[in-house]
Amino acid sequence: MMKKTPVTFTLNGRPTAAFADPGENLLDFLRRGVGDMTPKYGCGQGTCGACTVLIDNEPHLACITLAESAADREIRTADCLSDGPSLDPLQNSFIEHFAAQCGYCTPGMLMAARALLERNPNPRREEVIDAIAGNICRCTGYEPIVDAILDASRSYRRSAI
Amino acid sequence: MLEVRTYPTLAEAAENIDPGSVFMSGGTLVMIRVNYGAHGLKAIIRTTDSTLRRIDDEAGRITLGAFATMSDILAHRDLDFLGPAAMAVGGPGVRNAATVGGNLFAPHPYGDFTVALLALDARVHLSDGSAVPIEDFLRNRSGLVESVSFQRPFGDLFRFRKIGRIKPKGASVMSIAAHLGNSPGYLSNARVAYGAMGSAPMRVRAVERALEGAALNRHGIASAIESATEGLEPPTDELASSWYRREVAPVHLRRLLLGEDR
Repeated sequence: MMKKTPVTFTLNGRPTAAFADPGENLLDFLRRGVGDMTPKYGCGQGTCGACTVLIDNEPHLACITLAESAADREIRTADCLSDGPSLDPLQNSFIEHFAAQCGYCTPGMLMAARALLERNPNPRREEVIDAIAGNICRCTGYEPIVDAILDASRSYRRSAI
Repeated sequence: MLEVRTYPTLAEAAENIDPGSVFMSGGTLVMIRVNYGAHGLKAIIRTTDSTLRRIDDEAGRITLGAFATMSDILAHRDLDFLGPAAMAVGGPGVRNAATVGGNLFAPHPYGDFTVALLALDARVHLSDGSAVPIEDFLRNRSGLVESVSFQRPFGDLFRFRKIGRIKPKGASVMSIAAHLGNSPGYLSNARVAYGAMGSAPMRVRAVERALEGAALNRHGIASAIESATEGLEPPTDELASSWYRREVAPVHLRRLLLGEDR
């Protein structure tokens, strides 16, 4: 019988508890154990960024994060961005700039961008590029994504005023 | 069957390391192994000891706790000189997890931050209270690391650059760090280190010897550039062949030493 470990944490603002398998990564734990399917599996080695989530407001790669290390921490996934049909300015901007094609990288891109804009609502283009440097997109060529994040930053600044 | 054992202190974790177990800090290396089957791995050993994340500066002697992350270093206002080396370690998601201690164990072609520590002549402090020069530590890479320490470099005499073929982030074709000493007019006791040019980061003694007493200009470093790959057999991997690494090493060494952008 595999010994499971109880992990309690906050997921998208809600107190959450689930059992983690020994050595289970945070990505599998969120998807299989908790049912949040927004972070994606891409590479399993921290290279592609499709699994990016925020832990205590910082971007982390869920596939190379031990699930148990999430205990007592605040986790946010792309599921936190929209409120029903009301989308986050980042999501609207991705739509307007055609920054998603196949869409597989998009949840990770959104969370990497969200972490940047919360820390720095007025980023330079180079800072946006660095913020998504760990997120691979094979469709868009990145320029629409960078444009979308820069455009969304204006909304973030307006909402901060 | 794999198990995870968590201890409150590094000392307790060290007591419970046994064959088939591995110590985990940020997880960026260990979790890849777990995700790809964890063959032969019986236990992950962890500690929740938050003191391992400390960064201290006592009279110019800087100590980085083994759990200090690359992001911690980038956020520290007095560690600007280490910024390029910390930035060389992955994107933000990796830098928020990757630790100083873990980087010491990173396999080829990773370990860029360790290259900087080599050029700084760091000492590695282990959980049993002993301390060893980093060059000695890298020969075996065994033991639990508590911290690393080194003397703060003067002015702009510490330099680092990473050479990659994938922009803005990718594994190293090579990385180079140099500490150029502080004698006016000529170089003395320069320390030069390479990453991705062997099985582990290394000091480049032939270059260091050639730099002794040399002036820091194109003519003065010519002999060091000729020695750039003396005695080295760089590995061939998906990023670059051994031949390519040997060809580009003198070019990038010259650029680093002379502060050239290209």
